Amino acid sequence: MSETSAIPAPDITDLNRPHWDALKGRVLKFQRCGACGHAWLPTREDCPNCLHHGAEWEAASGAGRLISWVVYHVPFNKAFKDKVPYNVAVVELAEGPRVITNIVNPDDGLRGDAPVELVIEIEDGVPLARFRVT
Amino acid sequence: MRGKVVIAGIGHTKFGSLPGRSTISMNVEACRKALADAGVEKSAVDALYVKYPTSAYESKYGQSLAEAMGVHPRIGGVWDQAGASNASMIAFAAMAIEAGQCEVALVTGADNPKSGTRQAYARMRNGDGAASYGWFGVAPGYAMIARRHMEQYGTTHAQLGAIAVACRAHGAENPNAQLRKPITLDEYFNSRWIVDPLRRDDCCLVSDSGGAVLVMSAARAKRLKVPAPVPVLGFGQGQTSWEVALRPDMTSTEAVVSGKTAFAMAGLKPKDIDVAQLYDCFTITPLMTLEDYGFCKKGEGGSFVEDGALHRNGALPTNTSGGLLSETGMPGMQLIIEGVRQMRGTANLQVKGAQKCLVSNQGGVMHTHSTLILGQ
Repeated sequence: MSETSAIPAPDITDLNRPHWDALKGRVLKFQRCGACGHAWLPTREDCPNCLHHGAEWEAASGAGRLISWVVYHVPFNKAFKDKVPYNVAVVELAEGPRVITNIVNPDDGLRGDAPVELVIEIEDGVPLARFRVT
Repeated sequence: MRGKVVIAGIGHTKFGSLPGRSTISMNVEACRKALADAGVEKSAVDALYVKYPTSAYESKYGQSLAEAMGVHPRIGGVWDQAGASNASMIAFAAMAIEAGQCEVALVTGADNPKSGTRQAYARMRNGDGAASYGWFGVAPGYAMIARRHMEQYGTTHAQLGAIAVACRAHGAENPNAQLRKPITLDEYFNSRWIVDPLRRDDCCLVSDSGGAVLVMSAARAKRLKVPAPVPVLGFGQGQTSWEVALRPDMTSTEAVVSGKTAFAMAGLKPKDIDVAQLYDCFTITPLMTLEDYGFCKKGEGGSFVEDGALHRNGALPTNTSGGLLSETGMPGMQLIIEGVRQMRGTANLQVKGAQKCLVSNQGGVMHTHSTLILGQ
């Protein structure tokens, strides 16, 4: 029997804690600029559009589209040694931000721009914002 | 700037596994050979531009190398644009020469990921817990772009494979190449998946190697009686800040702006190019670079390459010494060196009568891009 290791836990900081706390509560939150309204993930201190310091947290609707995806056949990290083949995807949320994620139903015909919906799963104690192709 | 600066000398180490060789020693060897090739004494060198070893960052590496070579640069240092660095450093050297900041510049880089560490290529990407989703590595970033290109434009595995087949055919004939094993398209399809849509044969080699060029003004090269100077007709750069996942247009590269700037300086168009050396860290890269340079319409890179256009006797002979896929995984300098050989008429697979060579370097996951147009 092979030895499995837990997936890497996120490095939680004061800056990104609202994101991870929200995920634990089954809500995906992103940041929106208090000045220009630009929305983004991953977490940053300053708006990359207008450079304003001061973002607000907003809950995502959970709707999005599949931009692209890959299937790892070689583990690039030992924690994923027993998980190959597994997919990693880029999803664009309806509100604009793009996220790195996994598709939970990869056998259901993935295609570029396919609509997806949020599925929050807990793995090794880490809440993950994954998506289902609808 | 067109033609004001030349590449006066080229030099490189062996390519492959060179255990026990430090990157400093490989840089020294490449520089020694570049100076000898140009017939120029070390004492003439007053600028040293260095690409730091990707696999092991070290502060003030350029000064360590200057000490190892006993040179006293007026200007220089380490430049980090990842794989675009070498072509960009030639451009920076050219501008410094034109501005009177230096006269004779060595541009060099070496790394030993084959016998040393290559962890730099497997680290986490993005922030905010992307590692929890399994997002690691350089190859997967290119795979993500490749998939989007396939979905958006219908690019096929066979078209990616055509690029590998061409580069491997050229590398097989290069006595200095690390991998001298040609492949057929069938063999390409049998190569194992690394990260779908990329197979092993879509991915560049991992190599210990060093390469250098000597840059000076055309007038200086004439005074020093440099035997085979190759003029730099144009150069240009481009960069995006966005990590792959965040890039608004995943299928467009910085070759668009880098190429436009270089072609404008050279007063040339893609149809004027006789031979190309295109950064082929992964097969998707030259395919998209060709589109963004304007050799074909956006989205038609696949059909451009699939019928042998890149082979030595094709419409656009490309990576005539094998590129990163077959000659050496060295990040870019080998393409510049082969471009110089083609313009001198001394390449192993010399393109008959070639007078204009386009060289692309790019780095990160299509973050940075740099173009050189060499002439004769």
